[in-house]
Amino acid sequence: MRIPPRVAQTVARVVLGAATFFTVAVLIFIIGHVLVKGIPVLSFRFLFSNPEDMGRAGGIFPTLVGSVLLPAVALVFAVPLGIGTAVFLTEYTRESKITAAIRFGADCLAGIPSIIFGLFGFIFFVTVLRMGWCILSGGLTLAMMVLPTIIRTTEEAIRAVPYAYREVSFSLGATRWRTVWRVVLPNALPGIVTGIILSLGRSIGETAAVIFTAGSSLRMPSSLFDSVRTMSVHFYILAREGISSENAYGTAAVLVLAVLMVNGISYWLMHQFMKRFS
Amino acid sequence: MSQKSETVVYYVLQFIALSAMGSLLLIALFILKEGFPFILEEGPSKFLFSSTWEPAKEHFGIFPMLVGSVWVTFGALVVGGPLGVAGAIYLVEFTPKGLMRIIKPVIELLAGIPSVVYGFMGVAVLAPLIRTYIGGPGLSVLAASLILGIMILPTVMSISMDALNSVPPSYKEGSLALGATRWQTQYMVVLKAAKSGILASIILGMGRAIGETMAVIMVAGNAVKIPNSVLDSVRTLTANIALEMGYATGRHRQALFATGVVLFLVIMMLNSFAMWSLKERRKK
Repeated sequence: MRIPPRVAQTVARVVLGAATFFTVAVLIFIIGHVLVKGIPVLSFRFLFSNPEDMGRAGGIFPTLVGSVLLPAVALVFAVPLGIGTAVFLTEYTRESKITAAIRFGADCLAGIPSIIFGLFGFIFFVTVLRMGWCILSGGLTLAMMVLPTIIRTTEEAIRAVPYAYREVSFSLGATRWRTVWRVVLPNALPGIVTGIILSLGRSIGETAAVIFTAGSSLRMPSSLFDSVRTMSVHFYILAREGISSENAYGTAAVLVLAVLMVNGISYWLMHQFMKRFS
Repeated sequence: MSQKSETVVYYVLQFIALSAMGSLLLIALFILKEGFPFILEEGPSKFLFSSTWEPAKEHFGIFPMLVGSVWVTFGALVVGGPLGVAGAIYLVEFTPKGLMRIIKPVIELLAGIPSVVYGFMGVAVLAPLIRTYIGGPGLSVLAASLILGIMILPTVMSISMDALNSVPPSYKEGSLALGATRWQTQYMVVLKAAKSGILASIILGMGRAIGETMAVIMVAGNAVKIPNSVLDSVRTLTANIALEMGYATGRHRQALFATGVVLFLVIMMLNSFAMWSLKERRKK
C-alpha cells in the first residue's frame, strides 16, 4: 500500500522534530546538570583561594590564573599571524596555487586532534627547545591550534566588507596597505573579534594539548616559564582520580560559565556584524 | 617611498601567511620523526596487528586500540550521524523562524562545551545508568559511543545545515511547483543535491570522534583488550597515548609517538576526503 504523501510528510516532521528536540534537550541537560550541582559550591573564597590537599579542599585560584594566562599567550601569537594570513589571502593575492596551499594547510591544521598537538608541543617546545612544562610551551601549542579558526573567521569578515569601501579609499590616493589598515580592518573588526573570542573559548576548554605542554603544577606561577594547571586540567584530574566530586562540580561550573559567556559574546557580536552588512 | 613600503608589507604578509602551512609541516615532521623509525624497527604489521601491549615487557602491539577506536567511532556515527542530519533538515525546512532564532544559538553555544565536561557527564550520569539497567561495568563502548555521538552533533548539524542551505532555491521551487510535498522535495531533491556536503559533515564528525581524547578516557574504561560486546571496556588510540605519556620513557615513549603517527595519518586521510567532497560540491 502506498502511503499518502501528506501522511508521510507529517510522520517525517514529527520524527525529525523529535530528533531535534532530543538533541537540544540533551545538551541543555548537560549544562543544567553541571550548573545545578556546581553553582552551590561557588563562592568568593572558592574562586580566589589556593587549593589545599591536592584540591580536596580550598579553592581554585592558581588554575583560574592558568586559564587566563595560557589562552592570553596563545592569542598574543595567533592573532597577528591569523589576521596577517587572512589579509594576505584576501587583499594581496589572487586565487593561485599558493593560496590553495595556504588554505589546505589551515584546513588540515583545523582537523588535527588536540592530543597530536599535545604530543607535538611536548616534543618540540618542552623537549627540543628545552622550555620545559610551562605557560609559554602551552600557550604556543594552543596558538597553533586556534590559528585556523582566526584565519577563517577573519577571512570571512574581510570578505563581508563591501568592495566599494576599498574603491573609495583607492580613489582618494590611499595605498593598498593604508586601505587595509584604515578602511578594511576597522570595518571587519567585529567579525575578527568574534573569531578571537571563539578561539579564546576553545583554549579555555582545551585539556589534552595543555596537560602535556603546560604541566599540572598547582603552585601559583611567577613567570611564563613556570608550569601551571588550567581549570580544565584541574577538573579532569579531580574527576578522574576521584579526588573531590564537590570541587570537581564547582570547577566544571566555572569552566562552563566562562565558555558560555565567551561564546555568547562572540555570537552576539557576529549577529551585530551580520546586521550591519546585510 | 610608499611604493617601497608597500612591497615590504607584501613580503611580510606573505611570510606570515606561511605560518599555518609551516605549523602543519612542523607537526608532521616532529611526530613522524619521533614515531616512524619505531614502526619500521618493530615492523609495521607487528605493530599494527599484534594484540599484546605490555610496555614493561617490550611488547608493543596496538591492534586492540585500533579496534577500540573503530568501534567507538562507528558507535558515535550511529548515534550522532542520523540525529545530526535529521536535526539539520528539521531546522532548515520545518522550523518556524522564531524558534530557529532560539535553537540555532543554543546549538552553537553548546558546541563550545569542553570535552572534559562531556566526559564527566558520561562518568557521573551515563555509566551508572548503563550499569544498572543494561549491565556490564558501565564504562564501555556503549557509553563512549553515546557521549561521542552527542559531542559530534554540533559539527554534523552545522555543516549539514550549510549544505542544505546552499542548494539553489530554484531546485526546491521546481519540485514544489510539480506538486510534491515539502517532505518529498526534501528527500527527493534537496537531500540529493546536498549529498556531498552531508557526507563531508559526517566525515568531519568522524574525524572529531577518532581524535577525541579526554572524554573517551573518562568513559571508555581503557582496558587493553578487544571488546566482545558494546558493554565491554575499550581503549582507543588517543586514550593509549594520553594515559601513558605522563610516565613513558625510551622505547615506550617512541611507541606512543608511533601510535600518534597512525592517528595522524588516519585523520589526514579523513580530512582530505572531507575537503575533497566539499570542493566537489562547490564546483557543481
